[in-house]
Amino acid sequence: MTPETHTGLQSPRGVWWKPAHKAEKVWVAIAFGWCMVLFAMMPLWHLKGGQNPSGIRRKVDPEAFFQRTQEFIAQYQIGDDRGMPIVAPPAGSDVYLTAMAFQWTPILQLEKDKEYVLHLSSRDVNHGFSLYPLNINFQVVPGYDYGLRVKPTEAGDFRIICNEFCGIGHHIMVGRVIVLDGAPQAATAETAVVAGGDR
Amino acid sequence: MTAPAFRTCPFTSLKVDRHAEMLIRANAVVSVVALLVGAVAAVMLVLTRWQAVHLLPAVWFYRILGVHGMSMLIFFIIFFEMAVLYFASTALLNARLVVPKLAWACFGLMVIGAVMVEWMMWAGKADVLFTSYVPLRAHPLFYLGIILFAVGALLVTVIFFANLVVAKREKTYEGSLPLVAYGAVAAAIIAIITLLHGAAIYIPTFLWSLDLMEVDPQVYRMVWWGLGHSSQQINVAAMVSVWYMLGALTVGAVVLNEKISRSAFVLYVLFISMASAHHLLVDPGMGPAWKIVNTSYFMYMAVLASMIHGFTVPAGMELGQRLRGYTNGMFEWLRKAPWGDPGFSALVFSVVVFGFVGGITGVAIGTEQINIIAHNTLRVPGHFHATVVSGTALAFMGVTYYVIPLIFRKKVAFWGMAKMQPYVFAIGMFIFTMSMTFAGSFGVPRRHWDISFSNAPFDVQFSPAVDVLLAFVAIGGLLAATGAFMFIAIAVKSVFLGEPLGEVTRGRAMAGVPQGLTHPPTHAPNVDELNAALHHPSRGIFGVAPGTLALAGVFLLAFVLYYFVNWKVLSFVWKIG
Repeated sequence: MTPETHTGLQSPRGVWWKPAHKAEKVWVAIAFGWCMVLFAMMPLWHLKGGQNPSGIRRKVDPEAFFQRTQEFIAQYQIGDDRGMPIVAPPAGSDVYLTAMAFQWTPILQLEKDKEYVLHLSSRDVNHGFSLYPLNINFQVVPGYDYGLRVKPTEAGDFRIICNEFCGIGHHIMVGRVIVLDGAPQAATAETAVVAGGDR
Repeated sequence: MTAPAFRTCPFTSLKVDRHAEMLIRANAVVSVVALLVGAVAAVMLVLTRWQAVHLLPAVWFYRILGVHGMSMLIFFIIFFEMAVLYFASTALLNARLVVPKLAWACFGLMVIGAVMVEWMMWAGKADVLFTSYVPLRAHPLFYLGIILFAVGALLVTVIFFANLVVAKREKTYEGSLPLVAYGAVAAAIIAIITLLHGAAIYIPTFLWSLDLMEVDPQVYRMVWWGLGHSSQQINVAAMVSVWYMLGALTVGAVVLNEKISRSAFVLYVLFISMASAHHLLVDPGMGPAWKIVNTSYFMYMAVLASMIHGFTVPAGMELGQRLRGYTNGMFEWLRKAPWGDPGFSALVFSVVVFGFVGGITGVAIGTEQINIIAHNTLRVPGHFHATVVSGTALAFMGVTYYVIPLIFRKKVAFWGMAKMQPYVFAIGMFIFTMSMTFAGSFGVPRRHWDISFSNAPFDVQFSPAVDVLLAFVAIGGLLAATGAFMFIAIAVKSVFLGEPLGEVTRGRAMAGVPQGLTHPPTHAPNVDELNAALHHPSRGIFGVAPGTLALAGVFLLAFVLYYFVNWKVLSFVWKIG
């Protein structure tokens, strides 16, 4: 039997369900095996890895979420930076961050190596939470509360860039997260304010 | 109904239905007009993101970004695909177009829809970008225009299937559908699934824009991406069909095994529509199980399909070349290939950039957890410009160099420039997509007017490397846009002012006629002997296509490396769960 020599523009004659050449079989087997590795990595990372987008997810009324954020600010506010409250919640607590055109409310002050549940939601349209310079990204959708268990592993003065188009002021929508190494002292918050850029 | 009028193609001796031919022309022309609009927009966009130039004001940047997305991803590509569907269901099968009047009505509907959408966007009444995420609101006519366009496109896919049924009944061809038509069938099925998603989201959104109903923002994102991502899978299936077609035309590429290639198309149909999840991996609406199953196309079955085509297409080209007598060593088949035939060079670059850049980055950023370090950064447009632009658009450009003589019966104008065009476009897109991908790895956001954040309340200072990368994005983008303008100039001049094709003599090179037509790939006289030797069991697994197998190994290595580097980088960021 002579193997086929027709092109993809010609109709195959007779039955085309024929055994493949060894080279093709080997490649398909390798590709299939690789696909299984790709698939297995995701559940494995849920078990062994430290970064998963699971979170606590529920529907929420946008105004109710904003009210909850206001209460959260009132409870733990320690200062402000150009009018934006700086809030220092205790380790292990629920932290609320509301996105709205064109700001992130409030500024968060967290402690290194302590876990928090960071609740993200929007008061108006879709926004994108992008933590600079770490490049951690989450979608912020109005009507949904995304509660992510986060544990900052390094101290620093971070920014939140909005990376989902939210209107004409999208590119000025920048927020701030401060992570302190160790428990905050009274003076630390002040220092952090000064370090927050002099624009 | 009038009896169909046919002409007989002098190259292939196939009968060509005149209505189908006119529709192929009309759709191709509108497609190129959309490409022109999109390419002009692209130039303005790259010159804005290049911070040193920063051309457009903010309002116009976002507006033009929406225009670019719609013109390119929807109008340019779908009008071209309509032409592919008419070609595959009539000319390729010797068959007639069954309902020419309805087909023209569909074309009219699609043009009206497209004009409405463009008008709303340019008038500033739809500053919602390509994705128009609810609750960002556009003028109702914007949504209505998209609905009209989609209804037209949906009806064309129905006409496509009607053509196939009639062709089968009238026995216009013998045996099974050719592989290229089979791939077009896969594309058409995916198109129907996609366009139904489109209806399911744009009709409610249209009503919402008239304050007649509510639309949930998360449901919108899920269903919209059932349209948005799946429509790119129409492109993939159509592009792979075009790969098989260009391989056949330029080097006489052989179908190694119909079963394998066709099964891969079936995998596309079965699994590829799950890709909506790629955009929702870090969304609050869905849980991990849903995300994992959907983002992986149910265990990466659609990735498997692409990896199969990525092997069988070049392997078929290699075998085709070997049967023509280029049997020496691993790569004589590639060295002695018709690199001056723009159909061939476009094919090669399309396969390479689609696979190496688009495919690898796509799988990485579409992994549930890795998406945390990729979502909405420049890595995303870096990926899809490698698939849909360097892959699909370039393949479509390559096939146009054959459509001009075969369907329009004109010589390809500016022939010297046409030979260069795929090189300019592919090199530009390669620089563009790689630089975008790396800039995105620094966290640079996509869809952003000013990453110097000059008016923001808090300062953000990206690494100086980002400035360099964005300059490369601009340079690559401008080079690619130059390639696109070359293509447009060639296509427009050929179609409207081109020299009639005239007599083509086999074996005599002719300016304006691709090599695949002047020197059609023919087998060596001892083809059976060559074929038997190549298939001999003693050649082991390298068999008929040793060069391709070696290249596939390089590809797999790059894939594995990039994939695991991403996991490593992810492991350095904060603990999140």
